Amino acid sequence: MSIKRMMRVATVAVAASLLAPAVLAAEATGPKPAAQEWSFDGLFGTYDRAALQRGYQVYKEVCSACHGLSLVAYRDLKDIGLSENQIKQAIVDIQITDGPNDQGEMFERPAVLSDRFKKPFPNEQAAIAANGALPPDLSLLAKARIVEAGSIPVLRSFAAKVRYGGPDYIFGILTGYKDFEQLTPAEREAYHLPADFKLADGQHFNEYFKGHAIRMAKPLNDGQVTFLDGAPNTTAAMAHDVVTFLTWAAEPRMEQRKQTGLKVMLFLLVLAGLMYLVKRKVWANVPH
Amino acid sequence: MASPKSSPADAAALHGPEVTRRDFLFVATGAVAAVGAAAAVWPFVHQMNPAADVLALSSIEVNLSAVEVGQAITVKWRGKPVFIRRRTPAEIEAAREAPLGELPDPQADKDRVKDGKAEWLILVGVCTHLGCIPLGQKPGDQRGDFGGWFCPCHGSHYDTSGRIRKGPAPRNLVVPEYSFVSDTLVRVG
Amino acid sequence: MSSASHNGPSPFNNPVIKWIDTRLPIFSYIEKEYHTFPTPRNFNYFWNFGAISMIMLVTMIVTGIVLAMHYTPHVDYAFNSVERIMRDVNYGWMLRYLHMNGASFFFIAVYVHIFRGLYYGSYKQPRELLWILGVVILLLMMATAFMGYVLPWGQMSFWGATVITNLFSAIPFVGESIVTWLWGGFAVDNPTLNRFFALHYLLPFVIVGVVGLHVVALHVVGSNNPTGIEPKGPRDTLPFHPYYTMKDGFGLTVFLLFYLGFTFFAPNFFGEVDNYVQANPLVTPEHIVPEWYFLPFYAILRAVPDKLLGVLAMFGAIAVLFILPWLDRSKVRSATFRPIYKVFFWVFALDCLILGWLGANPAEGAFIWMSRIATAYYFFHFVVLLPLLSKIETPSPLPASIADAVLSKNKAAPVAAE
Repeated sequence: MSIKRMMRVATVAVAASLLAPAVLAAEATGPKPAAQEWSFDGLFGTYDRAALQRGYQVYKEVCSACHGLSLVAYRDLKDIGLSENQIKQAIVDIQITDGPNDQGEMFERPAVLSDRFKKPFPNEQAAIAANGALPPDLSLLAKARIVEAGSIPVLRSFAAKVRYGGPDYIFGILTGYKDFEQLTPAEREAYHLPADFKLADGQHFNEYFKGHAIRMAKPLNDGQVTFLDGAPNTTAAMAHDVVTFLTWAAEPRMEQRKQTGLKVMLFLLVLAGLMYLVKRKVWANVPH
Repeated sequence: MASPKSSPADAAALHGPEVTRRDFLFVATGAVAAVGAAAAVWPFVHQMNPAADVLALSSIEVNLSAVEVGQAITVKWRGKPVFIRRRTPAEIEAAREAPLGELPDPQADKDRVKDGKAEWLILVGVCTHLGCIPLGQKPGDQRGDFGGWFCPCHGSHYDTSGRIRKGPAPRNLVVPEYSFVSDTLVRVG
Repeated sequence: MSSASHNGPSPFNNPVIKWIDTRLPIFSYIEKEYHTFPTPRNFNYFWNFGAISMIMLVTMIVTGIVLAMHYTPHVDYAFNSVERIMRDVNYGWMLRYLHMNGASFFFIAVYVHIFRGLYYGSYKQPRELLWILGVVILLLMMATAFMGYVLPWGQMSFWGATVITNLFSAIPFVGESIVTWLWGGFAVDNPTLNRFFALHYLLPFVIVGVVGLHVVALHVVGSNNPTGIEPKGPRDTLPFHPYYTMKDGFGLTVFLLFYLGFTFFAPNFFGEVDNYVQANPLVTPEHIVPEWYFLPFYAILRAVPDKLLGVLAMFGAIAVLFILPWLDRSKVRSATFRPIYKVFFWVFALDCLILGWLGANPAEGAFIWMSRIATAYYFFHFVVLLPLLSKIETPSPLPASIADAVLSKNKAAPVAAE
């Protein structure tokens, strides 16, 4: 067998093996959440401050009952455009456990800016006991979730990997609740539900959650939160705002990162150009 | 580059024998690289400066509504104790009447309190001698010969204005930066 | 060595430099090894990656030290201390992302450097020890990277540590004791984390030492070059400075464009999202995936159905690199003049990429037999193919010298002696 022929066979074998995951993936869970448009997308993306503030309101009024945000401090809310007084206003009713005092007892005191967000439950066990499953802390959720999973990045959509897909996934979950009883056979097919699929007590059907049975009840419903700026409060709009807020909570320094990155790239391009000219000059009269 | 037609010889004639167009490229590149290196160094230096959570604790707000006349509380600020005493009229008068000539570190009482808030004395509770915490905050504590604070380590006596009167401490107890946000809320730092 | 600096008048005019140099010849050393050092004139940009690797090593050490100023190596605090770095420490987010992506780009540079060596026969006589020292550096890098990944104490940190340390239980008789000894307990827990931190801080300095030996070994025999023919005289070489200092500087700047491009605009591209979830010993992630630079070895490990043999195969994949100079006995170094080897080099490279892709996929279905074929081919390349080719391959005619190769390429004016 000539080298050329061997190479052709090898190429076909490799191509065939690269297609294999596509075949295997068909057995997986079903539709992937669609890519949304986010203000923080792309090289020049920023956080829309208005969306952040609305998202914080949604978190505060809806999510904080069960989900902590314990890596974020109240003082960090200055980043989303709230003044010190506005933050103090927002946390005025929050009591933080502190102590022990001189009598050796723990006591409650009002929250201050330097405190981290209060956890809704004192510990994991209490959270599970109250909810049936552990509602995860949301501080890093936007970075801890991904739309595509499985093969190494090269074979994923590059765009999906670069933007993690986390925000798209969370948005999908929040807007992906469906009434299981009302599903058509075609839809059941699309979700690859096994024939004996059943929702257990306390479970709800969600399009994008792995296995389609999620313990969290639909958290957002149209008109649930009234925004001071009169912005739309449909489920999708609220989900969009709260996901923007959660992405900020997971990566508050994103804007500085991209700004610094831009300066670094421009500097390096200039320096690369200069170094190239230097290299050419140095090597000009030398055969190589 | 500026004048593409001039030869290195012309450039040498124009700029002197040391600098040619070729050297300009090297100098410029070196300068750009140096600027980049300097800019790159700064974050490595600045990361050792206090982080945001430490800076957040660089000032604290203390609620004074529970403090009675003649009572004192201690709060933690920047890792150190801060004494807040609500002075009795007698203590205020004793502080005002002390002759400045007798003070090792002369300072008038009015310069150590806020106008109109003379009953509130706020001090960093660290002895200026070698750093022990003076006694006098709790009822029953020794308060020294001048009714203020007494440092048990080497016997420094502080008066009702927190000024050193007797003993090895060289300076008065430090008055930290503070301001009244309201009548019952003071911000220290 | 002491006489070297006293040959003739000192090249330095500055009295301070002269004073230091006569007592400790650092400046003469730099002058000899990094200024006038005769270097083949025909390097291509693949020769840049050794220097780039060295810069990445320094970068990792500097960023690592400043991160260590803020990190707490305790299971209850580690994850949060890293998040504190990301949120509260001045420029902490940048230092963390530089360190995280620096690891990936350090491996990219080193892998390109290794494949350059494989293609051009840089492991052949008289550079066998140079090559072996390089493989030692690779091993130390892998140990350092493995332990470093555990430190943030995310899900992948914990479970990756659990899977890999568990491998050692495959060793007969003493396996379980060794694993308990590694763990300092009965599972990966605080003692493990603490000692991994200590060792992760230490090993990079061991790497610096071995890199020093590696560079000294290089300077004794001189660099290889794309023709694989040793320099015969000054017509074949150029002084290292300014030719290669400036060329390497340019190459480094381009490399930095990629490294910093990812650091600032796609900082989590090479990572696993599961590591942003705090370690939970009671919940195993669906897919335990090591960092990308371990994937080919992970694929080899899982390809063999027997636990002990899988471990041996994985380490064997690196062990085989140690003996490469004695497996490939072709007298011709460079693949440029080895038409058959050249083709199989690319097949091998493709096999490594495939192994990497397989390592990222679950060990199920078609992936299993694909891994076995790819693993078998890996060893086939080294143990069967290379010795065979040494015997049967007819190399292309070699040029008489580097200078001749350069001239015939350029069809230019005669070489000026430098």
